[in-house]
Amino acid sequence: MKQFAGDRIFNGLNVLLLSLVALVTFFPIYYVLVVSFTDPSEYMKNQFIVFPQKWSTISYEYLLSSKAFVNSLGASAYLAVVGTLCSLVVSSALAYGLSRRRLRGRRFLMLFILITILFQPGIIPNYMLIRQLDLINSYWAIILPALTSGWNVLLMKGFFDSLPDELEEAASIDGCNDISTWIRIILPLSLPALAAFGLFFAVAYWNTYFNALLYITNSAKWPIQVILQNMLISASTGDLLSTAYTEKPPSQTLKMAAVIIATVPILFVYPFLQKHFAKGALIGSVKG
Amino acid sequence: MSPKATDYHSLQLHRGNAGTGKRADSIRRLRSDLKRDKYLYLLILPGILFFIIFKYFPMYGILMAFQKYSPFAGIFNSPWVGLEHFNRFFANPDFLQLLRNTMAINFMQLILFFPLPIVLAILLNELRSERFKRIVQSIVYLPHFLSWVIIAGLTFLLFATGDGFINNVLAALGLPKWNVLTNPNLFWIMLTAQSIWKEAGWGTIIFLAAIAGVNMQLYEAARIDGANRLRQIWHVTLPAIRTVIVILLILRLGSIMDVGFEQVFLMANGAVSEVADVFDTYVYRVGIQQGQFSYSTAVGLFKSIVGLTLVLFSNWLAKRFGEEGVY
Repeated sequence: MKQFAGDRIFNGLNVLLLSLVALVTFFPIYYVLVVSFTDPSEYMKNQFIVFPQKWSTISYEYLLSSKAFVNSLGASAYLAVVGTLCSLVVSSALAYGLSRRRLRGRRFLMLFILITILFQPGIIPNYMLIRQLDLINSYWAIILPALTSGWNVLLMKGFFDSLPDELEEAASIDGCNDISTWIRIILPLSLPALAAFGLFFAVAYWNTYFNALLYITNSAKWPIQVILQNMLISASTGDLLSTAYTEKPPSQTLKMAAVIIATVPILFVYPFLQKHFAKGALIGSVKG
Repeated sequence: MSPKATDYHSLQLHRGNAGTGKRADSIRRLRSDLKRDKYLYLLILPGILFFIIFKYFPMYGILMAFQKYSPFAGIFNSPWVGLEHFNRFFANPDFLQLLRNTMAINFMQLILFFPLPIVLAILLNELRSERFKRIVQSIVYLPHFLSWVIIAGLTFLLFATGDGFINNVLAALGLPKWNVLTNPNLFWIMLTAQSIWKEAGWGTIIFLAAIAGVNMQLYEAARIDGANRLRQIWHVTLPAIRTVIVILLILRLGSIMDVGFEQVFLMANGAVSEVADVFDTYVYRVGIQQGQFSYSTAVGLFKSIVGLTLVLFSNWLAKRFGEEGVY
């Protein structure tokens, strides 16, 4: 009986503790979400808001009427879509090729990739390369260096390793060469894995900040993260976002609305991401 | 032609030419293999080119660290200066400050951050309700996917002395303001707290996976022996994940030169610059903003080499502990 009571206390405390952890994690997002929808008059009147009486979408309307803001969303969406597609093609082709045991030079190529994980030349040599390639202010400056990474290739190769050779043999008897086998047999079979990798690539491209700061000097081409940083930290909302609105909502609610807008795509893909956490744990911990 | 058939074909060739020497034979075999796999090589070509251009070519840019690089002369014609930039860096008081900040931030993360995912994973594992467990997991994993810009933004919105939530609540309670954002004493702690908020939940995944492999009969046996829940955790769960903990701890050692660049860069400001400067932010400021390419390349190279040494050492250490290591 004593053990039973102890068990119940333990369970109760555990639930309480984890509820607290969940609350602390969730509160900042909740707070920013509700305040972003709070009517400016109520926001100005109250010291702080936990649940608004009067809702309003004015902050969102204001932001979405700003051409600079909408363009930055477009830029990030473009990066996420084009970048993810390029990343998937290049990474999966390389990983698939390296997973075939008959490939000559396979060990050398694996070492060649491993070295890039162990040693990075640093920010400046990368920056000089992009300058030499004349990619400054081009979105390719963001996409190309992030196409894949040693870790991604190793992880994907691990997946392709598990595909049996018999598949290819059957395909080659049917007259496929290696490329058509890859397109017609291997890729369709790997769709779930590709979807998982694709989601992680897409989130990474959407979240791109530093490379955009380095390589995109033309503020008209900035992706959302750089615009957001300017709004939130440098607080230069005035000159950056010019709109037809004469009455500007409070800058705090505007900032919050911007944070929410930049988070929505992540929230949207999150349920799909959740399915792949086991694989994702490895990707996420070593991205870069 | 199927791969198997080709193999058989080359095997026959091999036998037929046994007299002409092994060397000529293996060259012929190599050639036939290359020909057979030409489309496979075509498939990996873009990826290999990517690594050559974006990972290996910048390594050649490292030469700048030993030159007085001028953009007009380029790497070919810039004069060599040997280790001058390195000597200048080590003699500079900035060096010790960067090292101190990097180490301090890392040690704080090691002490305050590292144990949390372990504790959290154990607590999650002890939950009796699958539903509640899934809800908590969904919430604590989410911040991992938010960008550092958003995390920094949330921090500003919550902690600003001007119109931040926390300070507004404190003001409503008649308490003095709490300055977190421009307070050098709190900067390292603030970074650690941010990292915990963003990654502690995500960090549980690897431990939960290890715990999932524990044989349930061990718990049964411990219960029969009269062990309560805490004792079960201590005697069954913890020993089961001990190797994972040791490995992660050792590997963490390998990245002790790294501090999340975007995080520090976004949170740093004039008031905290003395405690906020780390190697990467220094390289960015001196290199990109001030244009001292050679000097900043040297600083970056120093960091990379120490980092490489640490990673290799920690990996060796992990192997000594009877683990596979990562490389």
